[in-house]
Amino acid sequence: MQQTAVREVRAEDITREVARLCQEANYFLDEDVTGAFTKVLTLEESPVGRDVLEQIVENARIAANEQVPMCQDTGYAVVFVEVGQDAHIVGGDLTEAINKGVEIGYREGYLRKSIVGDPFERKNTGTNTPAFIHTTVVPGDRVKVTMAAKGGGSENTSQLKMLKPSDGVEGVKQFVLKAVAEAGPSACPPLVVGVGVGGNFEISALLAKKAALRPIGSRNANPFVAKLEEELLTEVNKLGVGPQGLGGSTTALGLNIETFATHIVALPVAVNIQCHASRHKAVTL
Amino acid sequence: MAVKRITTPLTEEKVADLRAGDSVLITGRILVGRDQVHKRLYELLQAGKDLPVDLTNEIIYYCGPSPAKPGQAAGSAGPTTAGRMDKYTPDLLAKGLRGMIGKGYRSQAVKDAIVENKGVFLASVGGAGALLAKRIKESRILAYEDLGPEALREFIVEDFPTIVIHDMYGGDQYAEGQKLYRRA
Repeated sequence: MQQTAVREVRAEDITREVARLCQEANYFLDEDVTGAFTKVLTLEESPVGRDVLEQIVENARIAANEQVPMCQDTGYAVVFVEVGQDAHIVGGDLTEAINKGVEIGYREGYLRKSIVGDPFERKNTGTNTPAFIHTTVVPGDRVKVTMAAKGGGSENTSQLKMLKPSDGVEGVKQFVLKAVAEAGPSACPPLVVGVGVGGNFEISALLAKKAALRPIGSRNANPFVAKLEEELLTEVNKLGVGPQGLGGSTTALGLNIETFATHIVALPVAVNIQCHASRHKAVTL
Repeated sequence: MAVKRITTPLTEEKVADLRAGDSVLITGRILVGRDQVHKRLYELLQAGKDLPVDLTNEIIYYCGPSPAKPGQAAGSAGPTTAGRMDKYTPDLLAKGLRGMIGKGYRSQAVKDAIVENKGVFLASVGGAGALLAKRIKESRILAYEDLGPEALREFIVEDFPTIVIHDMYGGDQYAEGQKLYRRA
């Protein structure tokens, strides 16, 4: 049997990097987002809408210069971990290492602690933990960590529905448009809309979140889905919701769709709504 | 688009001058409270007990600021979604609350209560917390410190930028603004 070398990744390095990602995701807008703002500033038809977009750009400048969070809701710490099957995590427990990183990052970065430990009791944990962790095992010997600071207001407007196969593409479109219209100003438009189609109940939601984290302007590798992304983005921007829901031609900066196999009876669709900041950062260890 | 300056407290006379779509710069003291503060105030009212603060002619800002960095009066402080406060709002307006700052659609019951009690709902830019923090000159906790970021606070603000969404005449800027750009 062939022996594969196992590469060691230290838990303390994961902690340190998670702490850094938490802060950087909250202070610095990604280039795809700033690029999208530059573009829509020239396209937005509403004067009020343009004024709002300019305030958002100015806000991002202040946040980056002063290293303060661009939004007071510094989010659920959603952490995707891709663990290479030839990587060996040493010196601690992976989940604990991530949670410790979140706690340090939020405390030292003056980020808000927004997590309550029990949904009924609603007592703040004071550390912004637990993190919301999704771990997958992949080929290779690296560990990739993606941290998304997911705002609660936009997350609350997300929707999922088990459509019937006969609802088809049109049914998916109508559901996405309905979710964006109902989200309105609550989700801080202009939005990044993540759509998951297929899978089952929980996979569709995860696909939607992954779609929301894809760079703005990236297109699905499947040409049919890529075309649907373009069409739906155009239709979303015809809703008139506009920046902050005050009316305008920019309701979404981007719309990404991820798909997966599904059952013969099913057409699950999930819409994960992301505010304009689309805060996430990644590192490979 | 008119730009108006108002100084708190927000009297009925001042509210009467505000129309949906107006830009309003607020100066003075505003209250700051969100979900759990509203729940507690509402429960006190239901039980016929006194509130920790007199709501007469007050503005409440739906906000849970991030922690202040050394040198800052307040951390980032943008608006949170107003709809979560809908259940409690008509009773607070009836108790004298005059204005609310937040973001997002309100229920019909809240819109009716705004007209009935001569109130106003204003929006500040969601996600512009770092920018808005610059207009906050002082911050202190008034009650419910145990709620952490959700505690009842007061901010002293200077030219705090808002836009009128629901005025006391039934005007609705979300509906009016979106109508102009809907192509579907």
